[in-house]
Amino acid sequence: MSFLEQATKPVNRLGRKAVAAVAELGYIGLLLLESLYFAIAGWRVGQPVRVRMVFEQMRQVGVDAIPIVLLLSFTVGVMLGIQFIAALSEFGAENQVVIAVAKSVTREFAVLITGIVVAGRSGSSFAARIGSMNVSQEVDALAVIGIEPVRYLASPALVAMLIMLPVLTILANGASILGAALYCSPTLDVSIGAYVVQTLNSLEPWDIGQGLAKSFVFAALITLVGVSTGFSVTGGAEGVGRATTRAVVLSISALVIADMMFSYFLNR
Amino acid sequence: MNAESPQPLIEVEKLNVWFGRRQVLFDVDFAVMPGEIRVIMGGSGSGKSTLLRHLLGLLRPRSGRVRILGTDIASASPEELLKLRTQMGVSFQGGALFTSMTVGDNVALPLREHQKLDETTVRIMSRLKLEVVNLGGFQDLMPSQLSGGMIKRAALARAIVMDPKLLFFDEPSAGLDPVVSAELDELILRLRDALRMTIVVVTHELESAFKIADSITVLDKGRILMTGPVAEVRASPNERIQDLLNRRPRPVEVDTDEYLRRLTEEDA
Repeated sequence: MSFLEQATKPVNRLGRKAVAAVAELGYIGLLLLESLYFAIAGWRVGQPVRVRMVFEQMRQVGVDAIPIVLLLSFTVGVMLGIQFIAALSEFGAENQVVIAVAKSVTREFAVLITGIVVAGRSGSSFAARIGSMNVSQEVDALAVIGIEPVRYLASPALVAMLIMLPVLTILANGASILGAALYCSPTLDVSIGAYVVQTLNSLEPWDIGQGLAKSFVFAALITLVGVSTGFSVTGGAEGVGRATTRAVVLSISALVIADMMFSYFLNR
Repeated sequence: MNAESPQPLIEVEKLNVWFGRRQVLFDVDFAVMPGEIRVIMGGSGSGKSTLLRHLLGLLRPRSGRVRILGTDIASASPEELLKLRTQMGVSFQGGALFTSMTVGDNVALPLREHQKLDETTVRIMSRLKLEVVNLGGFQDLMPSQLSGGMIKRAALARAIVMDPKLLFFDEPSAGLDPVVSAELDELILRLRDALRMTIVVVTHELESAFKIADSITVLDKGRILMTGPVAEVRASPNERIQDLLNRRPRPVEVDTDEYLRRLTEEDA
């Protein structure tokens, strides 16, 4: 190997990594377009997205996740109550807890905790399911039967996520605020009912809208990362395992970063 | 070649395939006539799987031409490809049955996706095909409950459920005991005679190749060594073909410089 080759090796490697990253981004973008295309117009080209499959997915990603989402968001609500009471009592501003909890939950925490739970449950299961189908040639089998794999595997998942993640977010909003209410109402000397009413009064539609807007983006991110990782699995059972880990780590990272950017632009 | 049917069902001309910088197929010409059973034979890494993936339309040729049933794969629209796929059936190496569905649903899937038939007709048609492959009564089992030979036969039933003109069979005898694989060979012959299918079988199993083939194409290192009737292939003076037929190990070619370079270089 020549000296020049030796010297440019790091640059070479960086270049390859960059090309691979851009290619993957492009693939994810294409996957989004294709999934939406099949969901909207697939029936016209003989590739209909089955309503039954969407419902099945909605159950798996949404309904089945309700208990854990409620539990965790309730806990986060209690935690926020504790922290805000502690922090605000230093200024003698305990009664501001209600609005602090209300805004931070609806804008940030409910949707974030929901996103992370769903990424852990469903992002990984998309990657594992599609990955193992890929390894056992089931994806090829779909294609040769004349079923577009994206239509059959990605579109129902995407539609289900776009419906269920906002629903879960609303539920998480409620659970978090209830959690905070339970902890704070004795300290503030108000009833739980009064706390909730106060919360509703201090919220504007846009607060909840912000969380919901994020939930759509998170839904798309989790699905696309999971599905694309699944489709690109190579290397047998071990590859499937690696893909599952990668899907969870990547989608949670993407989620948190997207959340930060969203908050920045929406609150300027 | 058969003078009565001038139009081959499969036509491959000057197919060159690269994976990255490595070329895996070199100027492959390949034609299969209607009613023929063609065996593609070759060792591991000979490029037979890659050729098959092109014949199935899973890979589109970048250089050269692949025409299946008169449709040019490289320029086919999604509709044309879909129509083509309803006319061909594929049985994959590992069966590639969908593990989340029963055997019956697996076999019925192509019918349900492509034809508007009532459920009773679908059931009868898919059970008929299960009877053809001697799996009558097994429709309610899950793929995981089947033995290796039964999986292959179920996959065959799914492949022929749409009465395709063209049937592809990847490694029918891989992983099966001699008796079961002999039965499978009989089944393939029966299918051709009973349903007038054109069949392409990819295998490295000599005995089964000689038994079922009308003609054999021998692939080696990405090149077609010869195509001809069984007797001709058996009598071929070509050394590589004789190596394959007589299970002789390839002579190891030693290139000292290359050898040293591989040992010493960092990223050979």
